[in-house]
Amino acid sequence: MNRKALSAPYLFWITAFIVIPLGMVLYYGLTDKTGAFTLENIIAIATAEHSKALWIAIKFSLESTVICLLLAYPLAMILAGMQISQHSFIVFIFILPMWMNFLLRTLAWQTLLEKSGVINNILGFLHLPALNIINTPAAIILGMVYNFLPFMVLPIYNSLTKIDPNVINAARDLGANSVQTFARITLPLSLPGVISGITMVFVPALTTFVISTLLGGSKILLIGNVIEQEFTQAGNWHLGSGLSIVLMLFILINMILTAIFDKDGEGNAL
Amino acid sequence: MIKSSVRKLYIALIFIFLYAPIVTLMVLSFNASRSRAKWGGFTLKWYRELFQNEVILAALSNTLLIALLSSLIATLIGTIACISMQAMKRRTRAVMMGVTNIPMLNAEIVTGISLMLLFITLGMKFGFLTILLAHITFNIPYVILSVMPRFKQLNPSTYEAALDLGASPLRAFFMVVFPDILPGVVSGFLMAFTMSLDDFIITHFTKGPGIDTLSTKIYSEVKKGIKPEMYALSAIIFTAVLVLLFLVNYIPKENKEKKEK
Repeated sequence: MNRKALSAPYLFWITAFIVIPLGMVLYYGLTDKTGAFTLENIIAIATAEHSKALWIAIKFSLESTVICLLLAYPLAMILAGMQISQHSFIVFIFILPMWMNFLLRTLAWQTLLEKSGVINNILGFLHLPALNIINTPAAIILGMVYNFLPFMVLPIYNSLTKIDPNVINAARDLGANSVQTFARITLPLSLPGVISGITMVFVPALTTFVISTLLGGSKILLIGNVIEQEFTQAGNWHLGSGLSIVLMLFILINMILTAIFDKDGEGNAL
Repeated sequence: MIKSSVRKLYIALIFIFLYAPIVTLMVLSFNASRSRAKWGGFTLKWYRELFQNEVILAALSNTLLIALLSSLIATLIGTIACISMQAMKRRTRAVMMGVTNIPMLNAEIVTGISLMLLFITLGMKFGFLTILLAHITFNIPYVILSVMPRFKQLNPSTYEAALDLGASPLRAFFMVVFPDILPGVVSGFLMAFTMSLDDFIITHFTKGPGIDTLSTKIYSEVKKGIKPEMYALSAIIFTAVLVLLFLVNYIPKENKEKKEK
């Protein structure tokens, strides 16, 4: 078999564009402007401003991941249970909003949520109290859920459609009720999709700076905002890289947790 | 009966949630008032201005070209990588998958910064090529993540059976394995395409001063105040995708019916 030779282009790509660039972030993060080794850029996370930004980012992204999972799993189940001929159409319907530009979609939410925006006009027309969530954490979490929901739906849907219906029928024949069938057959078999989904939602939510800028009114700074400012405004690449390394440590924790739940990377360990 | 109507209600609610902002954008594209909060009457002015705005049109063509090229190349590299990983030892494969997952698990902002540092060190001119390379890099993991589960759930005996029955490895792959992984390849490609279309953060760090994609263009305009032409553009993009959707779903059905006859 020469299948191993097929890995050459990919090996080259990941070395040149993933491994080496990350090495450079580590280099910048662990040196000062003269090139001497220092831990100062990493320790900088402990300052009140930086640690607050990190904490808020973790809190918001955890909340939006949980909401996405709760919304997406029933949806994926309903979609997977539909007739085959409807599959591609329905899935497309749910990817379609992603074809709209991310910044435009977020701007649209700004328009909807504004004090004199669309939602408040409708509420006012119905003589209901106005909704004031723009520039609050709720608006940021809403923006995160809206933007990242499809990334949770698709992988779960993909793994659900691969489940052999006979397995489920067998469980039912053997006397399991629908709750038992779900808990012991469907859920474990769809776990690889759930784990992909969590990864795909949590990380972009943790590190975004655009959503917090547009829906948080630049008042709520996430760790992403701080790093972006270091690179574009303050111009301190060493500090920016140092904070990025801290951010990567949190992502590493996420990876380890994923590995624990998804033993030996096979996904179907159960 | 109750179950099915609960299902329909749930789908409808998510549908409204997903489409409310898009409908808002489309309505605003016909709004004669420049303000986003007030309705000033129906107009097609923004559509006319859009087609005279060369800066936006250039950004649109950059966005589409980069999305198409990067997702095609990423799908090719990613699918081949999945095939090659099947033949690897468990540990080697785990290491490869670990590295593969880095750009996806990693913060986009860090990927953007790291590529920026790489391109600066290599002395590359920031422009189309640097954006394209960056987009391929962050697209590949989405392809692999979508294709790999299909391989995991594949029965390896069918491929071996094809070989035993005298098919060449290539033929066995395209006749037996490929149809099974195709949904994963297609959804990987679609995901890569939308990721690329949507990307702002990595493009922000790897683009040069002379070139813009829609995202970076919009971002620079948000500071000045968004122009209604952008709403017109998003309405056009949405309509185009909708048409594509109907074509994709209508044509295969026709073929199936013919086959059945």
